[in-house]
Amino acid sequence: MDWGSLHAVLGGVNKHSTSIGKIWLTVLFIFRIMILVVAAERVWGDEQQDFVCNTLQPGCRNVCYDHFFPISHIRLWALQLIFVSTPALLVAMHVAYRRHEKKRRFRNGEKIDIEELKNEKMHIRGPLWWTYTSSIFFRLIFEAVFMYVFYYMYDGYQMPRLMKCSAWPCPNVVDCFVSRPTEKTTFTIFMLAVSGICMVLNVAELCYLVIKVCMKPSRKTT
Amino acid sequence: MNWAGLYTVLSGVNRHSTAIGRIWLSVIFIFRIMVLVVAAESVWGDEKSAFTCNTQQPGCNSVCYDHFFPISHIRLWALQLILVTTPALLVAMHVAYQQHQEKKLLVLTGHGDPKHMEEVKKHKMRISGSLWWTYVCSVVFRLLFEAVFMYIFYMLYPGYQMLRLVKCEAYPCPNIVDCFISRPTEKTIFTVFMLVTSSICIVLNMAELVYLVVRACARRGQHNSNPSSGKSSFYGHKLSSEYKQNEINQLLTDQDGSLKDMLRRNPGLQEKGDRCSAC
Repeated sequence: MDWGSLHAVLGGVNKHSTSIGKIWLTVLFIFRIMILVVAAERVWGDEQQDFVCNTLQPGCRNVCYDHFFPISHIRLWALQLIFVSTPALLVAMHVAYRRHEKKRRFRNGEKIDIEELKNEKMHIRGPLWWTYTSSIFFRLIFEAVFMYVFYYMYDGYQMPRLMKCSAWPCPNVVDCFVSRPTEKTTFTIFMLAVSGICMVLNVAELCYLVIKVCMKPSRKTT
Repeated sequence: MNWAGLYTVLSGVNRHSTAIGRIWLSVIFIFRIMVLVVAAESVWGDEKSAFTCNTQQPGCNSVCYDHFFPISHIRLWALQLILVTTPALLVAMHVAYQQHQEKKLLVLTGHGDPKHMEEVKKHKMRISGSLWWTYVCSVVFRLLFEAVFMYIFYMLYPGYQMLRLVKCEAYPCPNIVDCFISRPTEKTIFTVFMLVTSSICIVLNMAELVYLVVRACARRGQHNSNPSSGKSSFYGHKLSSEYKQNEINQLLTDQDGSLKDMLRRNPGLQEKGDRCSAC
């Protein structure tokens, strides 16, 4: 079970999304998950091995690394992507439930074309509209929470070259050097920017859905 | 055979599960197996190479690592996930057996054409009769395995928290030696995460068990208030006037809920003029 399987699971939801939703999914998979897998994981690959401290004291390096990096960027991004993509499954479950209801009506004698039922795109109306809007709302919340967690853990998003550590068993204050700080800063800013774009797309989609629903009653009354 | 293979095997079972069962399967695959594969494995990747002891005594490092980590968290989680997902295969086997019986019945009643056979494969089995017992057993086993592994975790690693420093005095370490664990905070975060998802899965399993029991009691209540609903031998009498009575009766006593479904879906199996009052 890896990112490819997640793509397969979410690809099905794509059919019932709005156009903005489809753009959001594409941005997620190409600019975030793919970049994480093909590039960012290599940059952070040697983060602990090449974290060097100016001491021979055994254990000092481990303790300082743990002190400055309670959870690695890569893992935080992986968790963020998993949490942000799963609300779409609420929509998938609702669509599956609606299809199941239609099939039940078909079995009870109503005439419905089974093949068409499998391939038809559900209109985002009624309870499905609420499910869809809730899923976008949850996505936004998860994105915001993870960005806050990032900011709280790694003030300012920039990876410093040098960190001064005085945790036991390091004797006094010890200089520790982070591996590839500039490359890490570049990727952190990139992932932050794409995360911002995804949040903007989610807000746009939310506005689009709300306006669509408000326009309908006004069209009915004219 | 890897996690993707397991996913393929279990997706087939998904079709015959309850709604709660499907949610449970999604939680297992997305929040446990996927997190294990994409995140947790890299956190524990260097657990031995970065386990440092404050000594130059050869062998002390290995001995202390082995003393404090008899079995790594990652391996325990992998075992837990495999054992917890496999009871679903009991259900898959039972469903396959029932489908085989239905196909035999269709062949005996002269409806062995490919269209009917395909329909047997595609339709969703109702969780009633013996399948209900198999399904409930599988849920009980899942609960049992989850609980056993959580207990093993607690016994091996009391408190779930990963310490930064452990003190070791196993031979050949001279006296007491300080050993430092790599990435303890990240490991604690993932341990707590996996523990929380495990508890969510336990809650889902219990909810599913309660749902199945309540549904069965409700159905039994309906059945009791409607005593004209026929028993299997009644169908045998209706269908056996032209066909091999013994074999059909045998098949019908093996099948209970699913036969009613099949007769409802294929009204042509009954002869004209026959009216199955319990269908």
